[in-house]
Amino acid sequence: MAKETKKENKKVFSADGKVEITCGAIITNPGSTKAYKTGEWRTFKPEIDQAKCIKCSKCWMSCPDAAIYRDKEGRYLVNYDYCKGCLICAKICPVKAISYKIEEK
Amino acid sequence: MPKKVVISGADAVAHAVKLCKPKVLPMYPITPSTLIPERLSEFVANGEMDAELILVESEHSAASALYGAYATGVRSFTATASQGLALMHEIIPIISASRFPAVMAVANRALSGPLNIWNDHSDTMSERDQGWIQLYCESAQEAFDTTIMAYKIAENENVLMPVMVCIDGFALSHVYEPIQIEDAEKVDGFLPEYKPLNFLDTSKPISIGAFAQPNTYFEFKEQYQNAMLKALEIIPKVSAEFAKEFGRSYGDGLAELIEMKDAEYAIMTVGAVSTGSARAVVEEMRKKGKKVGIIRLKCVRPFPVEEIIKACKKIKSLGVIDRHISIGYEGPLATDTKAALKTSKTKVTGFIAGLGGRDIDRKRIAAAFETIIKGKEGYWLK
Repeated sequence: MAKETKKENKKVFSADGKVEITCGAIITNPGSTKAYKTGEWRTFKPEIDQAKCIKCSKCWMSCPDAAIYRDKEGRYLVNYDYCKGCLICAKICPVKAISYKIEEK
Repeated sequence: MPKKVVISGADAVAHAVKLCKPKVLPMYPITPSTLIPERLSEFVANGEMDAELILVESEHSAASALYGAYATGVRSFTATASQGLALMHEIIPIISASRFPAVMAVANRALSGPLNIWNDHSDTMSERDQGWIQLYCESAQEAFDTTIMAYKIAENENVLMPVMVCIDGFALSHVYEPIQIEDAEKVDGFLPEYKPLNFLDTSKPISIGAFAQPNTYFEFKEQYQNAMLKALEIIPKVSAEFAKEFGRSYGDGLAELIEMKDAEYAIMTVGAVSTGSARAVVEEMRKKGKKVGIIRLKCVRPFPVEEIIKACKKIKSLGVIDRHISIGYEGPLATDTKAALKTSKTKVTGFIAGLGGRDIDRKRIAAAFETIIKGKEGYWLK
């Protein structure tokens, strides 16, 4: 017969020590998706030429990852933390202000 | 006062479920488990049970609603068989991965194809790797008792893994036996109110069913394995507690050893059909002075390795009766038992029997004993 067992409260973490292995894989701190930088997936890196940009906001509206943002001056910029390099922005830009190159890491 | 009644195995499960007071009952009837939802819907309609009975559109939805019920923090139950369990397959490991202590009854039935409604273990054996404790029953009384114990085991804070209560289709689900139905107060004393660990609560928000990256998925699987191994300690404790309270036990809750004290040859069985015939054969052989016994495995997952090693210490040869075949190799119980006894002197011989409802009569069990005593190779007990 087994000895009297008590609930074990010892915390377990992933091998890289970054994530707690909770009972039942629950998440207790909201916003964990934000911490996941999907920009790492990118092969093509888009770049917006501010001189050519007419600020039509088409890229901002079309980005499936909401990775294009508008700064205080009204410029459209790419958030490379989350841009996966799909290039929809480059394709949709009416003035060809968005160019791209192969990502180098 | 406890009530003595003559009811079927499936009915016995339904009566036990009523006493365990689940709040949600997602149901999709399938032969031969149909009597369970039938009886439970009667209980709900009569006001004998305070539960939400959901008549879902498929077993996939039944398992999903079972998950959903536990996500709200209440006890739940469903029953199924064969293709129904197969259709639940996608949700089965998600329930265990969320550590939801669900209980489900399975009236064991052969998987298609060819289409067959009769009893074997191909449905539950095919699900054995998905983090559900599997307890197989031999009698209607055991089905009743195991259902109550199942909640207690599943809800133990060191286990928190779901349980399948497996009863042989027709041979147990539809066979009428005298059983004792225990008092509700006594069951309440044994099985306290369910206190969920993880559930959706606006005052303490959590996310469930989240994505796990390669850096965590591995560790989660390790967590489930540890919880299942913990169940190997908890099951005998719950079984002993049940015996103390209600006066009945089935071995130590993991395996029942029948005439094993001085046995030299033994048969391992699971479920009602093969065990029933094996009991009769062992009785006859014992009268002739043959030292034979039975290991009736009640708990198939987690696999009670230490129990089996201990039971086989004096066994020269062990025949394992599988009612399922891992096509391309052999019976999974034979594989597991061989691995468990890898350092032992006991020879393990696998037999495939009773597929698709083929009877496992005394003649077949006697043939299995003869085979292992003579040291021949195992074969199909056709």
